[in-house]
Amino acid sequence: MTNFIENSVFLGAVLSLVAYEAGMLLKRKFKLAIFNPLLIAILCVMGVLSLLGVDYDTYNEGGKYISYLLTPATVCLAVPLYRQMNLLKKNIKAVVLGIVSGVLASLVSVLALAWLFGLSHEEYVTLLPKSITTAIGMGVSEELGGIVTITVAVIIITGVLGNMIAEAVCRIARINEPIAKGLALGTSAHAIGTAKAMEMGEVEGAMSSLAIAVAGLLTVVGASVFVQFL
Amino acid sequence: MKFLRQFGIILLLSALGEGLHALLPLPVPASVYGLVLMLAALMTGIIKVGQVEETADFLIEIMPVMFVPAGVGLLNAWGVLQPIWVPVVMITVITTVIVMVVTGRVTQTVIEKDRKGHDSK
Repeated sequence: MTNFIENSVFLGAVLSLVAYEAGMLLKRKFKLAIFNPLLIAILCVMGVLSLLGVDYDTYNEGGKYISYLLTPATVCLAVPLYRQMNLLKKNIKAVVLGIVSGVLASLVSVLALAWLFGLSHEEYVTLLPKSITTAIGMGVSEELGGIVTITVAVIIITGVLGNMIAEAVCRIARINEPIAKGLALGTSAHAIGTAKAMEMGEVEGAMSSLAIAVAGLLTVVGASVFVQFL
Repeated sequence: MKFLRQFGIILLLSALGEGLHALLPLPVPASVYGLVLMLAALMTGIIKVGQVEETADFLIEIMPVMFVPAGVGLLNAWGVLQPIWVPVVMITVITTVIVMVVTGRVTQTVIEKDRKGHDSK
């Protein structure tokens, strides 16, 4: 039995899917942000793994086939973006200003809080790329001398958190324009936020996809300037 | 056959993205190169949207689940995160909310202003 659990390449994948499905059921039933399907799925899998005494690498033998699809899925984000091209062109000024101010807000707020909490230079640069997509963020952190493992962890926490709180934040801040909602999600919570934006609607999803790429690249440039400030 | 060809095209662009990532010395991931290539191919008409649409929509729909393994991977990061987790989590929560609100509010304000400008003309 233990042998089967440790050798199966499908078990990890099945576990992830079932846990996500369970999260969606809970979400529908209780309609609370804390019952976020992604969060529930992650916690369920963590729970099952520690219960069975299976380590992450064993789980990831199956899990990696799910992660494998991330690159093709990200490539596909070009499709809704293409379908919304006219809307994008019509609102290009708002889109550019929105993403640029979001990236600046991210860098400035990380700087201010790092200073406030008395973080070291190394810890500060580790957090600088926290809002952008993992692959770009890792590169930035490494380039600036950060701790890449923590950067990755923080990027994922940011994404899951953004995915969870987006509906509430948009409601409280009275952000109701679909373009604005999408950009807010993509700029603050990269691809994991975009998954939520896609659930909100096609326009939200397209704008969020755009923000992943643009905010990611702007952060590469911005972080190389902000690295000198602490 | 339809899905086979669609998935093939998507994987081809992912592979081209990987190629660019290997070739160019920029911190841009294969997926972002692939996204840009796909958009360029659609806009120039090299690929018609109908040639990838259904499979693309399917992959996008199941995308949230693809983040589960990465999230579970946080188990392994706990060791390095533990000594500084309090400030790190606080900074993460506060900045995420700030970025979301700033981006959304700025975009919405500009859109509303533009719309008013159009109406008065």
